[in-house]
Amino acid sequence: MTGPVLEIRDLRVDYGFGDDPTHVLRGVDLTLHRGEVLGLAGESGCGKSTLAYAATRLLPPPGLITGGEVWLTDREGNRNDILGLTDAQLRAARWRDVAIVFQGAMSSLNPVFRIGRQLTDGIRAHRPGLSARDLEARAAELLEMVGISADRLRAYPHQLSGGMRQRVMIAMALALEPQVLLMDEPTTALDVVMQRQILEQIMELRDRLGFSVVLITHDVSLLVEVADRIAIMYAGEIVEEATAADVYRRPRHPYAHGLLGSFPPLHGPRRELAGIPGSPPDLQRLAAGCPFAPRCPHAMDVCQQVRPVLGPPRTGEARRVACHLHGADLPGDVAFPAELAR
Amino acid sequence: MSTYAGTPEAPAGASGAPPSDGPEPPVLEAVGLTKHYPVHGGGARGQRRSAVVHAVDGVDLSLHRGKVVALVGESGSGKSTIARLLAQLQPLTAGRLLLRGDDARTRGRRAFRRYVGKVQMIFQDPFGSLNPVHPVRYTLTRAVRIHQGRLRGQELEDALAALLERVHLTPVERYVDKYPHELSGGQRQRVAIARALAADPEVLLADEPISMLDVSIRLGILNLLADLRDRLHLAILYITHDIASARYFADTTLVMYAGRVVESGDSESVTQRPRHPYTRLLVSSAPDPDALAERAAAPPKGEPPSLVSPPAGCRFHPRCPFATDLCRTEVPPLLDVGRGPGGEPLRAACWGWSDRDGAPQVPADEGREA
Repeated sequence: MTGPVLEIRDLRVDYGFGDDPTHVLRGVDLTLHRGEVLGLAGESGCGKSTLAYAATRLLPPPGLITGGEVWLTDREGNRNDILGLTDAQLRAARWRDVAIVFQGAMSSLNPVFRIGRQLTDGIRAHRPGLSARDLEARAAELLEMVGISADRLRAYPHQLSGGMRQRVMIAMALALEPQVLLMDEPTTALDVVMQRQILEQIMELRDRLGFSVVLITHDVSLLVEVADRIAIMYAGEIVEEATAADVYRRPRHPYAHGLLGSFPPLHGPRRELAGIPGSPPDLQRLAAGCPFAPRCPHAMDVCQQVRPVLGPPRTGEARRVACHLHGADLPGDVAFPAELAR
Repeated sequence: MSTYAGTPEAPAGASGAPPSDGPEPPVLEAVGLTKHYPVHGGGARGQRRSAVVHAVDGVDLSLHRGKVVALVGESGSGKSTIARLLAQLQPLTAGRLLLRGDDARTRGRRAFRRYVGKVQMIFQDPFGSLNPVHPVRYTLTRAVRIHQGRLRGQELEDALAALLERVHLTPVERYVDKYPHELSGGQRQRVAIARALAADPEVLLADEPISMLDVSIRLGILNLLADLRDRLHLAILYITHDIASARYFADTTLVMYAGRVVESGDSESVTQRPRHPYTRLLVSSAPDPDALAERAAAPPKGEPPSLVSPPAGCRFHPRCPFATDLCRTEVPPLLDVGRGPGGEPLRAACWGWSDRDGAPQVPADEGREA
């Protein structure tokens, strides 16, 4: 059950060619274990979608992978670098090993084909020997699995509600029983009630089918509920990675702390919240040092000059944080903020 | 700042009790607000030619100065339609619109301009609501000249500076000559708010003002609106799908489902002790990291109904676990179900709070104490 299934090592992505590209991913390290739900949180433009597309080599130009490795361990235990696969190998691995539910999945269905045909498309490509009857049976099974009755196979996308279209996309992604399911903001366009239905369904399917999930969203409070581990991204790097409970109860990075304070609570005491002052950085004009320093309430001199490295905090906890406050050589005269030491 | 200055004192519903410091009439009041959109050629075989979408049906709403009313509901529940009706961007199908007690419905451009001077609107998408080919100065100058007369020179500069300072875009010189693409989403939304303030309005209609913004800057915009409410004594209608932010920001919360208001009251009561089964579903579905253990095992089922042929009776009855025959046949009115902490009425459109025969047995209180 355990053991890594997807290992991303020092992945780097630039947007734009020539002398002055924008560095959108700057050395991302991330490991997804078997059967795990890994949450990837961050604001728009922090590179979380880019990470998903780069790791599957779906990144469209002008996106360019400039370095790194993405190791995928398949069912037989073979380790392959996705970035080194040939086109034929890549084509075979996609959807069979790694499947994606895209952002705006509601509009990812082709409006002129029936749901059934779109569901079987991928299966037909990967298993050319299957008969039409088998294909249809499999498509019906997939629809039933996500809670849609099989007589909807002959429906067109416009005849389904937004939530049902989203379920069709999830059924499609699970058609070949992938080991890794990447979900890029799968419920952002849906209402909270539908969001909960769909997420609970995915979690139930994961327990049954045993795949791993990377769930990308900007809604940290949602991740705290459904994810096992959470990685928080800022300006193209991971700034904190820990178990969901640790991120929520004991955030270590000032940005993680600020992000959690950006969601007004539905229960408990009402208190004044401030969000995070300033606005997300322009990746084209990143200064040296910590990218969060201009908005950070605890920024020190060293933060302006040296970029912190993602690693275990000084206390030796089993988590990673990229912040000088938690570095080994914190000057003794710096008052350590209490809210980051809980 | 008084975002959390105790309990709201304003009357909650359309006919609420007067606040303690004397009766203050609502600035803008809607009675029986109804909007039906005709749909043509509905149905595959050409039947239902005269079908309509029941976007909003019989909504009562009143906005008071210095108070925020939140309108919460899922997409398609009619909340944005209400904003457009209140802004008179679309004509009403039925109902009345009262500005300071007088019929506010305008015919003709001049009357509309006068109305717009009192009631301004902020839109969801600050990337689309500012013209990309004009700098901030042009956008604001136009609004100032329309609403404050033909200011020139230093007078105009002072007016622009005052507006930008009011939305905390300082130093003013840094922002006034910027184009929208040079500003972040939050800054753009601040410019859109400044443009609305140029009219010196009494009412601000904010249609999902933060849902397109980065999460870390959303609260900054909400706090700004709260600040404007207090300093300029604005009446704000805050439309949102996020019930937690309604609790944070609004004094009064109305919950909408399929074109009707199903629950109203002070925000704290509505979110902490919801009475209507739909509000309970909404509250229990919202992400809440602290409520992991107590989540109900059965996931909620069902989807909002078609608004072309909405269900008879209570529109929530197909999804409601307590529905009875009464719910399927008769529309429940907004019933008084209690009092908020300031004495304002709490209302829910659910037969479970009536003593009619065949009324559903809705558990009295699922909510927990704050």
